[in-house]
Amino acid sequence: MPDVRFERVGKHYGARMVIHDFTLTVRDGEFFTLVGPSGCGKSTVLNLVAGLEPVSSGDIYFGDRRITSLSPKDRDVAMVFQSYALYPHKTVYENLAFPLQVRKRHAALIEREVPRVAGLLGLEGLLAKKPQEISGGERQRVAVGRALIREPQVFLMDEPLSNLDAHLRVQTRSEIKRLHARLKTTTLYVTHDQEEALSLSDQIAVLNRGLVQQVGSPMDIYRRPDNTFVARFMGSPQINLLSGRLLTGSSPLLEVGSLRILLEPDPAVPAPPESPSAPQAVLVGIRPEDITVAEPSGSSPLTATVIETEPAGSRTWATVRWDSAEIRAEAPADWAASPNQSVGLTLDARRLHLFDAESGLRLPWQGVSLARP
Amino acid sequence: MKSARLPSVGAVLILAVVLAWTLFPILWQALTSVKPDTDLVQLPPLLPLHPTLDHYEALFQQHPFSRVLLNSFAVAVFTTLAALTLGMLAAFPLARLPIRGKTLVLGLVLGCSMFPAIVTVGPLFIIIRALGLRDTWWALLISHTTFALPLTIWVLTNFLRELPEDLYRAARVDGCSPWQAFVRILLPLCRPGLTAAGILAFLFSWTEFLYAFTFTATEASRTVPVAIALFPGLHEIRWGEIAAASIVVTLPVLALVLLFHRHIVSGLTAGAVKG
Repeated sequence: MPDVRFERVGKHYGARMVIHDFTLTVRDGEFFTLVGPSGCGKSTVLNLVAGLEPVSSGDIYFGDRRITSLSPKDRDVAMVFQSYALYPHKTVYENLAFPLQVRKRHAALIEREVPRVAGLLGLEGLLAKKPQEISGGERQRVAVGRALIREPQVFLMDEPLSNLDAHLRVQTRSEIKRLHARLKTTTLYVTHDQEEALSLSDQIAVLNRGLVQQVGSPMDIYRRPDNTFVARFMGSPQINLLSGRLLTGSSPLLEVGSLRILLEPDPAVPAPPESPSAPQAVLVGIRPEDITVAEPSGSSPLTATVIETEPAGSRTWATVRWDSAEIRAEAPADWAASPNQSVGLTLDARRLHLFDAESGLRLPWQGVSLARP
Repeated sequence: MKSARLPSVGAVLILAVVLAWTLFPILWQALTSVKPDTDLVQLPPLLPLHPTLDHYEALFQQHPFSRVLLNSFAVAVFTTLAALTLGMLAAFPLARLPIRGKTLVLGLVLGCSMFPAIVTVGPLFIIIRALGLRDTWWALLISHTTFALPLTIWVLTNFLRELPEDLYRAARVDGCSPWQAFVRILLPLCRPGLTAAGILAFLFSWTEFLYAFTFTATEASRTVPVAIALFPGLHEIRWGEIAAASIVVTLPVLALVLLFHRHIVSGLTAGAVKG
């Protein structure tokens, strides 16, 4: 199976740019997820790969084969639609058999393949039913079965889980993951759900307004967001972004509210950064799980007042006011606090993210420790 | 579904008046058609005391009514087939394919159906005479199709638009050419729309009078509405036979509507309500 390569692909409808200068490689056998808010162009990318819409510029390759202008049937891709798009006048069996029938495969092959795929997905008992007679989860599995029966080169999935209820969604998610581990078909998956992207993917591309914001492994994206958009979009509850200043010095100091934090160059960046010559406005990103509520309040240099608490089962999320900012922080599961109560916070300085306040881009510094005042 | 509840007295009254208004003429024709000639002119009118099928017999024996029925039937059936075939072929691209100026095309189609028949009958007559098609089924088939087509295109376009777009896209990815996707997936799903549009086309052609009257001359192509209009003889009006003929032509229409009325409703309201 080949790589899928996008080379400077653009798509516009009239004057409206949907995809801009999209360059990306999905490697053979990879589970690759495009994630972004609605309207970011992620579904359009799938349609371009499937050939359901023509590209406006650029090229798409499967391996060395340029498929930019091929008709959908000549691309050997299969797609699972958000609506499932099962053929309502056909039974489950006929739905599964359809891609093979259209391609004029032998009846013997069809009679062998349909039960095999049905068995793989647990659909044996439903083959004689029509799509409207089966449940949402079953429809979803029929849609997956119809896509994989042909053993396509590339598997496209457009938000295949978003019509399922929460419980079924998590269950089907792990089924899809297991299926991919078994079949190793190159998969391009589209979702707006960052959690889905993190849990399923080998690689993730975060899109916003038709532009790729960052490409990387789920951990990469989560641990080292390239800009404030990615930092905000990935992770739930959302990252805290506080205004701060980068102060000059041999090694710069970060000032956030009343707090000062020692910085060192980010070791992952090859060239050591230059210290700013003048104080620079920055945004400081702190994930809620990296700042924890510590009691009693006196033991910590950071004191805040509780606004509200949200028990989440395994932990409690506390929204607190610190200086003038509202921060989401983690607390133990059994923690109880009343509003306006004063609490201390413990911050893991090494887990800070620094972004330029103007461009929103990641700065090559990382925190070391709190500076004692 | 709301639970059924008893209609109010007012609603029943209004319904009764409307039903009486629309059904009484038909009932009257039915009664007239089975009365002997002598009873027809009696005042006050009586219920048929001696029901008879004389008029029906006369209809088929003294007039070439079978031939006229065949004309009507053939023209209506072929008009329906032509309107559905052409209508579907036009509706698919209008509903699904990326074509510039779709709205303009649909507007023009609608515009065509705005002309009153009386405006077009003259020019059409000249064209049909020039083509040598006068007094043939072709003359009626062509003119009826041009009249039924705009409505058919509109009904079918709306119906196709209502089908989820992903179905067509899924068919394409599954390996269909646009034509295969149309024939194998969309067409079977359009049955209600086709039924509704087809019945409308059939009814239009079956009851059409002006074109049929103008373009036909003999029993070779004369249709039922024209034949009925030509029944009155020189010296007498044969009410009984006119009534019998009216009943005979109403029956197929009634059968069609009863058979398909659910399709007609769902076909016509496609687009109005999301499922």
